[in-house]
Amino acid sequence: MSGSGERSAAREMVCIACPLGCRLTVAKPEGGELRVNGNRCPKGEVYAGEEILSPKRIVTAVVRTDSEAYPYAPVRTDTPLPRALAEGLLEELYRRTVSLPVSSGAALIDDVEGTGVKVVFTRTLPPEEVPAVGEPG
Amino acid sequence: MIRERGMMRERRYDAVVIGGGSAGLAAALAIREAGRTAAIVEREPFLGGILMQCIHSGFGIQEFGVDLTGPEYAERFIGRVLAAGIDVFLDTTVMEIRPRGERRELTALSKRYGVVRLSAGAIVLAMGCRERNRGNVAIAGSRPAGVFTAGLAQRLVNIEGCIPGRRVVIVGSGDIGLIMARRLTLVGCRVLAVVEIQPYPSGSVRNIVQCLNDFSIPLYLGHVVTMISGRERVESVDIAPLVDGRPDAARSFHLDCDSVLLSVGLVPENELSRAAGVQINGDTNGPYVDADLMTGVEGIFACGNVLHVHDLVDFATEEARRCGQRAAAYLGGGRRAGASAAQSKVAPGANVRYVVPNAYVPGRENVLYLRPMIVKNDAVLEASIDGAGIRKRKLAHVQPSEMIRLVLRADEIPAADPARPNQMEVSIR
Repeated sequence: MSGSGERSAAREMVCIACPLGCRLTVAKPEGGELRVNGNRCPKGEVYAGEEILSPKRIVTAVVRTDSEAYPYAPVRTDTPLPRALAEGLLEELYRRTVSLPVSSGAALIDDVEGTGVKVVFTRTLPPEEVPAVGEPG
Repeated sequence: MIRERGMMRERRYDAVVIGGGSAGLAAALAIREAGRTAAIVEREPFLGGILMQCIHSGFGIQEFGVDLTGPEYAERFIGRVLAAGIDVFLDTTVMEIRPRGERRELTALSKRYGVVRLSAGAIVLAMGCRERNRGNVAIAGSRPAGVFTAGLAQRLVNIEGCIPGRRVVIVGSGDIGLIMARRLTLVGCRVLAVVEIQPYPSGSVRNIVQCLNDFSIPLYLGHVVTMISGRERVESVDIAPLVDGRPDAARSFHLDCDSVLLSVGLVPENELSRAAGVQINGDTNGPYVDADLMTGVEGIFACGNVLHVHDLVDFATEEARRCGQRAAAYLGGGRRAGASAAQSKVAPGANVRYVVPNAYVPGRENVLYLRPMIVKNDAVLEASIDGAGIRKRKLAHVQPSEMIRLVLRADEIPAADPARPNQMEVSIR
């Protein structure tokens, strides 16, 4: 949310490392060490550090397909992507149309912006055929 | 159409599972793995249930130790179900369940098979739940187009690929509403507000952070939508803070929007269960079940969201797997041999909305799911039998939107005393 220019000011955040939801106050003085207050366990410090320096999220979306029956295929990044890259990735995904069939786990994008993060399909489309139930013998 | 397709001759299975979502898939697999024949009856043309439209991640951390999306989680089970030789009736809706002697009969209507008649030794109810809608929360105003439940909007965006509107207000802060706030923002809609009547969010903290705070979407706690306006289409809503349980008109404000999404809770879908004579628990809106997850009707079991609304699919799976195992044991006659006779009641104690199941069996592991009524840090959970404590557990944080799972080991539960009720109570303080 806040840009890099605000790094020296204290920032409030809620830790999501566990359901406790500690309210953290995080300050990083120019050239100084990160200072975290309000955390009840060490996980809070780790979370705050990542959140300040390079927040990452799993990005999920759907991409258009060439199929009428299954017009969109769901995709995800295989690992968390730096948040700053999410918007560009979504724009790229919205521009694309993929041809079915696609397999869950197959890569759509091999490497997002040199991060090593892949975009993979999360559903096999068309789905695996469910065999018809025959008349009882 | 039905006459054209004709009537399928009755098919016999050891067990029939109604519903092919996360619970139904796990229950059917467990039954099959116990060496019994099983069928799944699913009204949609696909397996997986609601998971197929939950394209976000966060599923499977308990069950598989990895963070999966909904479709990935479902496909792990679908592949196994199809390989296990479980018959799957898609596009097929069960109309009626009738006990007949030692067995139970089902009548279903199917696009593919016409009238389907099934006979089963055991039935597992796994129909899931339904969203509460505008009628359930009684929001005043006109009746324009543009009011959606959050799950319907999720299907539109993630499966059909259309958006419900451009400027959206979300009523209720349930997890689906929060997930949709993020989703709609990512597809270019503007989410103006999430309005929650309670003074605390009804979704998880994690979702508040990742879905709202990440996108600077305002959350109004302790507020209500007092009016939906618009002729053909939603044009605006009025929002007011609650003071002493009433909307404060003086501090009311107005938002121009074209859509309203409702994320105001889920209700287990039990019409079929009720018609079969199954007694429903008012605290869960699901059936009362014994320690084997069997309802009050012999041979009819229940699991997943039709039993009580879960917030993690992993727990629905775990419960359904156990349900399938118990149903298989019932089919083998094991249950009638003794376990059922040894059951005693479980009841919710202080600050607990409900406990499922509603009975326990001494001498084996019992897994209980309970829903707290309070928001508290550093709480203590206590289980007792006839007033004597058997287990205490510290909980760093409790809130109603986060279900608690309590595993009681066989050696923690004393043998039943025939002179006493042996009632277990679980409380939070």
